[in-house]
Amino acid sequence: MHNKTLSELSAALKAGEFSSTELTQSYLNRIAELDTHVNAYITVSDESALMAAKAADQKIAAGEAGPLTGIPLAQKDIFCSKGVKTSCGSKMLDSFVSPYNATVIEKFNQAGSVMLGKTNMDEFAMGSSNETSFYGAVKNPWNTDKVPGGSSGGSAAAVAARLAPASTGTDTGGSIRQPASLCGITGLKPTYGRVSRYGMIAFASSLDQAGPMTRTAEDAALMLNCMAGFDERDSTSAQREVPDYTANLSDSLDGLTIGLPKEYFGEGLDASVGKAVEEAIAEYKKLGATVKEISLPNTHLAVPTYYVVAPAECSSNLSRFDGVRFGYRCDDPIDLEDLYKRSRGEGFGSEVKRRIMIGTYALSAGYYDAYYIKAQQLRRLISDDFKRAFEEVDVIMGPTAPEPAFGLGEKSDDPITMYLSDIYTIAANLAGLPGMSVPAGFVNEMPVGLQIIGNYFDEARLLNVAHRYQQVTDWHQHAPAQFK
Amino acid sequence: MSLTQDDVKKIAHLARLSISDADIPSYEKELSNILGLVEQMNAVDTSDVSPMAHPLDMAQRLREDTVTEENHRDDYQSVAPNVEKGLFLVPQVIE
Amino acid sequence: MEWEVVIGLEIHAQLATKSKIFSGASTAYGAEPNTQACAVDLGLPGVLPVLNHEAVQMAIKFGLATNSHVAPRSIFARKNYFYPDLPKGYQISQMDLPIVGEGSLEIRLEDGTVKTIGITRAHLEEDAGKSLHEDFQGMTGIDLNRAGTPLLEIVSEPDMRSAKEAVAYMKKIHSIVTYIDICDGNMQEGSFRCDANVSVRPKGQQELGTRSELKNINSFRYVERAINLEVERQIEIIEDGGKVVQETRLYDVDKNETRSMRSKEEANDYRYFPDPDLLPVEIDEKTIDAVRKTLPELPDAKQKRFTSEFSLSDYDAEVLTSTRQMADYFEAVVKASGGEAKLSANWVSGALTGSLNKESIDIENSPVSAEMLGGMIKRIADNTISGKIAKQVFEAMWQGEGDADSVIESKGLKQVTDSGAIEKIVDEIIANNQGQVEQYRAGKEKVFGFFVGQVMKASQGKANPAQVNQMLKEKLKG
Repeated sequence: MHNKTLSELSAALKAGEFSSTELTQSYLNRIAELDTHVNAYITVSDESALMAAKAADQKIAAGEAGPLTGIPLAQKDIFCSKGVKTSCGSKMLDSFVSPYNATVIEKFNQAGSVMLGKTNMDEFAMGSSNETSFYGAVKNPWNTDKVPGGSSGGSAAAVAARLAPASTGTDTGGSIRQPASLCGITGLKPTYGRVSRYGMIAFASSLDQAGPMTRTAEDAALMLNCMAGFDERDSTSAQREVPDYTANLSDSLDGLTIGLPKEYFGEGLDASVGKAVEEAIAEYKKLGATVKEISLPNTHLAVPTYYVVAPAECSSNLSRFDGVRFGYRCDDPIDLEDLYKRSRGEGFGSEVKRRIMIGTYALSAGYYDAYYIKAQQLRRLISDDFKRAFEEVDVIMGPTAPEPAFGLGEKSDDPITMYLSDIYTIAANLAGLPGMSVPAGFVNEMPVGLQIIGNYFDEARLLNVAHRYQQVTDWHQHAPAQFK
Repeated sequence: MSLTQDDVKKIAHLARLSISDADIPSYEKELSNILGLVEQMNAVDTSDVSPMAHPLDMAQRLREDTVTEENHRDDYQSVAPNVEKGLFLVPQVIE
Repeated sequence: MEWEVVIGLEIHAQLATKSKIFSGASTAYGAEPNTQACAVDLGLPGVLPVLNHEAVQMAIKFGLATNSHVAPRSIFARKNYFYPDLPKGYQISQMDLPIVGEGSLEIRLEDGTVKTIGITRAHLEEDAGKSLHEDFQGMTGIDLNRAGTPLLEIVSEPDMRSAKEAVAYMKKIHSIVTYIDICDGNMQEGSFRCDANVSVRPKGQQELGTRSELKNINSFRYVERAINLEVERQIEIIEDGGKVVQETRLYDVDKNETRSMRSKEEANDYRYFPDPDLLPVEIDEKTIDAVRKTLPELPDAKQKRFTSEFSLSDYDAEVLTSTRQMADYFEAVVKASGGEAKLSANWVSGALTGSLNKESIDIENSPVSAEMLGGMIKRIADNTISGKIAKQVFEAMWQGEGDADSVIESKGLKQVTDSGAIEKIVDEIIANNQGQVEQYRAGKEKVFGFFVGQVMKASQGKANPAQVNQMLKEKLKG
């Protein structure tokens, strides 16, 4: 059961091969047995999962099932889930049981899916290795001495280790795509505004997007069908129809023009990763695509720009965590100042505090123009680079990450080396463009991902491009030895 | 751009974060490094560029002025650290 | 040394929307603590703001009513600071691009001159919650019902030069926002709050003096007092050789003094930046025109019309147009009375207002309706009753005894206008008071009043005073 894709599971449930209850129980058993090796889950919600499975079984029996009815899924612990702890990977929210559901969770509930539990993540989504979680690091299922990537490390590891057939993640600077690449799975960050942010604990409001993390592009399309859509509770939600993302998956790629930014293949890229990506591009040529070299000249500014914009927004977004209405409160505060400072000082981990401080500094009097405004100007330049590129090409490709998964603890001493893991993914967030990572091979037995960036709201094309590749390769079907 | 210890203390205060004296030097170093990374932004002239606050070119949607929320005080306060008589309690604030 | 006072006012008007500016929770006053604070108002993790259409409409209305620029594009910004009544740790407000820009209005000073006061801007923002300090032994209780209520912050140019001018401006703003129905103007409930920025400088100096900000003034009277106190305080400091410190001061009503607020710290660094959860608000000409059509007649226009249409003095017109409700009431009275503007003006601004104030009732809840009052005035005009008797009639109507005609009927208050009847009484009084007649004829004019009094008494006040006067004059001539 645990090697079936979502579409296979859906068909099997409808055909009565097994029930959702059986399927769910099977996953819960696997999690109980194997999650200790990867620490992908913060909370496993056995009881409510089985209840949901039971309800799904009834729907299936009545012939009222949709494509995700009865399907067990893992949800990143950044989505507020009513009645189930939502920690965001932080001590600050260790005691927080959300009184309401995120829109994304609501949508999955309405689709009749089953929530297995909440997955581990870098604290408040800040990180690229899932080592900053209050609940301990997540291990890469391919090699448990290595990181799974972050911040959606738990979601990626859960899918790779077959501890969930699919999961959700969020991506602010690469947090879906980079862990997908490091764990050998498929991940999609939709266009900004495609999926509602209501109930998704905010890190950087103008960059955050939720998306699916699955083993196949087809599964990602099924998930996106459910997740996408206008939400009146989110002012930044796009009022745009949701097409059926599964409809054009197998369309021919004849005439597709792929842009390869020369800046993505230069210094900093591991040679073997570069080679794997080139082989993937070769496959695309066989599929009928033409390849063109393009330039995104402001690429080198993406990381510095991001590390002003994101911390600035997060420094403000995290001010609500003050020990007053929810979350961690320090013991015996002597006065209000003490309440704030110690609740926040003790409740937040060091990476979060670093980013809050950078952000506070960037917004403070005298520095706002030099940092924040400057960064937003560069953001426009970076975005314009892509606009120009998309006048010549249909999609842009390159490596998702500069190297395969690194060792646990290897980069945690120097924040900056960690930040550079996102060098290829960040620009898409700054521009708001959709991006995917698909498994494209192995280097030293560790997975490597191919990144595909599309134009605004062109997810259908991205999924088609990814799916066609998965029809002629089998990287996405490999499973880590321990978790086959 | 290098930060001083004083800078670090000021920022920590603005952000209401308690940091121990022992930690200040490492924050000083790390934050200065990050600012060094960020300084790379100055390599490009942006004098004619308008700042981009949002990826999408959309205007703010307006919602109708109707009351759509009911009283869920008990639910919301079930996660509160200190509540009495329906009020959230904090150490006394003197004006 | 001649001093010049420079005053600017920042007024926060709570907009009378049904729901909050960024959420669908109710804004109704007086609810149990935290029963009107939804997830968005509480700043729970993951919640997001969506802008209330009516708040925008109301801001546009204000802009139009004060000849201000309405911005085609405006931005919400976050004002970041920590305080327990501010759940998100930031207030959503507007900084660089407010919804309403420059405008102006006119105030009338006591000597009748008109002065123009500039409005710098008006912007939308959300209100914070409330802190309750008593009852919790060393703790403060936070009620977030008010958090998220829409506010329009109206900032004036520092154009006022005296406390009286400041009060006139504040009253004008108050009347405008209540006229256009965007705010209920209830200062006790906190719907209309005023902060004053006050500084002094030697007359003739261009440079502004250091200003202090006065907070917590929620009545016209207190504004005047607080400003005057502050001016005195600042002048004293400077004359003693000291320097005025820029600070925030609270007005203490009981002690009638201003005191420095326990210093939060030096100027707060609010780190304003555009709120990434909200998009730019775009307002086109079509929208503005549609709002313009909904504007009622504004106070100034109404006042001008009253002076010409009803031949009222500027002062009377100003009093009667001070609220829209009173103006509407007055016009209804005039209509019901058959056009008796002057009498109506006197009764509305006199006896009616006095009775309303005595019992703290709003004109909308007056036991004497405009029709009733107008009906009574009609009877004065047609001589059925005298002005003096009317007082009794009014009182009876106020007590719920019926309309003017039924009261006059039941109490037999009809004026006696029959000259024969009056003559009879006059003759009798004259006959019985020969001594006074002699005095009057000898030149003691004051005695006339005695006769009038006697005749009125004999007729139980019902004799038509004018006729009595005339007749007495005739008959006493001798």
